[in-house]
Amino acid sequence: MNGYNFAYLDEQTKRMIRRALLKAVAIPGHQVPFGSREMPLPYGWGTGGIQVTASVLGADDTLKVIDQGADDTTNAVSIRRFFARTAGVATTTDTEQATIIQTRHRIPEKKLREDQIIVYQVPQPEPLFKLESSRAETRRMHALAEYGAMHVRLYEDITRFGQVAISYDYPVMVGGRFLMAPSPIPAFDNPKMHMMPALQLFGAGREKRIYAIPPYTEVRSLDFEDHPFRTTRAPHRCALCNADNSYLDEVVTDDRGGRMFVCSDTDHCETRQEAGHAGTGEALVREAPVGSAARGGGMKP
Amino acid sequence: MTDETLLSARDLSLHFGKIPALVGVDADLWPGEVLAVVGESGSGKTTLLNVLSGRMRADAGAVWYRDPARRLHDVHAMPAPALRALHRSDWGFVHQNPRDNLRMAVSAGGNVGERLMAAGNRHYGNIRAEAIDWLTQVEIDADRVDDMPRTFSGGMLQRLQIARTLVTHPRLVFMDEPTGGLDVSVQARLLDLIRSLVARLNIAVVLVTHDLAVARLLAHRIMVMQRGVVVETGLTDQVLDDPQHAYTQLLVSSVLQA
Amino acid sequence: MSAPPQMLRVEGLDKQFTLHLRGGLHLPVLHAVELAVHAGECVALAGPSGAGKSTLLRSLYGNYRADAGRILVRHDGEMVDIARAPPRTVVQVRAKTLGYVSQFLRVVPRVPALDIVAEAAPDRSREAAAALLHRLNIPARLHALPPATFSGGEQQRVNLARGFIGGHPILLLDEPTASLDAANRDIVIAMIADAKARGVAIVGIFHDAEVRGRVADRLLHIAPLQDAA
Repeated sequence: MNGYNFAYLDEQTKRMIRRALLKAVAIPGHQVPFGSREMPLPYGWGTGGIQVTASVLGADDTLKVIDQGADDTTNAVSIRRFFARTAGVATTTDTEQATIIQTRHRIPEKKLREDQIIVYQVPQPEPLFKLESSRAETRRMHALAEYGAMHVRLYEDITRFGQVAISYDYPVMVGGRFLMAPSPIPAFDNPKMHMMPALQLFGAGREKRIYAIPPYTEVRSLDFEDHPFRTTRAPHRCALCNADNSYLDEVVTDDRGGRMFVCSDTDHCETRQEAGHAGTGEALVREAPVGSAARGGGMKP
Repeated sequence: MTDETLLSARDLSLHFGKIPALVGVDADLWPGEVLAVVGESGSGKTTLLNVLSGRMRADAGAVWYRDPARRLHDVHAMPAPALRALHRSDWGFVHQNPRDNLRMAVSAGGNVGERLMAAGNRHYGNIRAEAIDWLTQVEIDADRVDDMPRTFSGGMLQRLQIARTLVTHPRLVFMDEPTGGLDVSVQARLLDLIRSLVARLNIAVVLVTHDLAVARLLAHRIMVMQRGVVVETGLTDQVLDDPQHAYTQLLVSSVLQA
Repeated sequence: MSAPPQMLRVEGLDKQFTLHLRGGLHLPVLHAVELAVHAGECVALAGPSGAGKSTLLRSLYGNYRADAGRILVRHDGEMVDIARAPPRTVVQVRAKTLGYVSQFLRVVPRVPALDIVAEAAPDRSREAAAALLHRLNIPARLHALPPATFSGGEQQRVNLARGFIGGHPILLLDEPTASLDAANRDIVIAMIADAKARGVAIVGIFHDAEVRGRVADRLLHIAPLQDAA
């Protein structure tokens, strides 16, 4: 596209961001400040992720963008089109084909490879944000690895709810050293970060922070010995591809309580359907017990 | 009893502008000993507490702490991580206002357990059991363990703060007017509690108070401060019953006899 | 058989008070006091009111500071000078060697009588504390109560129990029978006699001449000094 540098950002800015990325990779889980630029989309739409992607993108890369696991939502479509126009790179919805995956709030179900990079859009990079409002103090807490307060929060959850009630952005320890916010991915995705072969990069545009997890790095979700971290998913099969181990979205299908559980990862779901897997294709009725729904007692919209 | 001090300060001086807060102050504290620092408001006693605990720096002088392995540490030259670690484990600080120390939006059990979690304890059941044990030790019903501190009375809050501080079995606790702002009957209960816990756990205490009766009941030794100067020091009962310095005589004679 | 060992020796003790709030008024109270007490001996301090008997007793305990002279106490086989010893040493000497029964009970409010006495016992024995309270006619129903509400005589007996239970080889008694009736007074006299038989060295102020006559082996006369101010 005329009038723009490759991938929108000028080379000096990309160089600055790459320096921050190198530092972030060198100190896994540590938040590195960077000079976040104004981007042609509002804060909260992925300004951090888009700058990181622009800085690591090469002409021969293939880009995939997902939003809550889906390739076809507005945010995903517009960012994908943005790079197709400003960098002329190939884009894809196929996780397998992509070399760079920018994501908002999910990690693909398919296991990522060493030759892939996943870029997370991060609204709030500070995991201690809710416990300590002073940024100077949270920096000190990270520097001294004083994370007792975070465990107090987990303690309170177990005391009040019998379990840790954090369902997304569940804090993790990276490399046994830094407490890190994994961005608002479901806690279901946390185990995928552990020893992931792909490089994981995190960009927070409004908060002007970059952090990273190098390939094959230990990532542990905080827990207690007697209350170990556990993932949860809706106790259903995907209505479209019948998967029983993927993360499901609940889709409301009408105004009478009808709803349907489908894979949040659209590419994963479509790949399975193409391979011949099929669900009931039916919505559930809210009032009906789960067991009867599974037997096909649902109501069509 | 050992001859080695737990904490020693030499020639501490600190001025706030032209106002002297500490002038050539020496202090020594032995393991298991309670040292009271008394004086009126502005005498420098709270400043001394802050300087001894490393929370504030002096213009001159040094504070030495001997760790359990008998190594000496210059408190003001210690790296910040080491000092903070010390404050979380071997040391404790009891504030006059418990709200300054407690997390008011966290349950009593979470407040007591925080130092254990900070020390790396990762077993919920053990942390909770320890918290309940400490609540009982400070005479708070075990079934209040999940209650929020805002539902506690002033005396209970202060006892909760003490439980939160002592849970890691510190060897040295700094106390700033721990019974200040409490009703007389609540004060008596708290005094008795502090006295028995300190004796049973062999904790050394630097106690700042303006209340000579509190000093008499809790402290082995006493330091009397006036305008940043230690004017008199010695056995608590000796200083209070046979005060030598004019200022101490004034303080002692100013106490209302109940 | 050798003579009983000297437990307490006072040499050239001077004590004066300087009242800064009254223009630095000097009140000399004791001058060149000499005293030696052996194991199993009871010395009574005698003299008119205001002569300085209490001042001497408090100086022996380290409660008052000596201006000159030495106060030597046999502690752990050595003579320790209370007048010069650092505070921590005085605390140790008091814990193990030197007991003191004051006229008034001064304790943390809210602590039960039994605990007050038991805490002073060498092994913190509650049984021994209860037995001694019984001997001093403090009924069991009072043991669990804080003594703040007790009568003067009851408080004094709790105080005596606390002083005697420690098993100190030296005891300083300040008017131990002042607020007691005849029956309780006799009990205290018997306790003092028992202590002497165990070899405890005692220095006391006994206002009651009869008590003094029955427990004291010797008298030390304290004469009032002229005001030097």
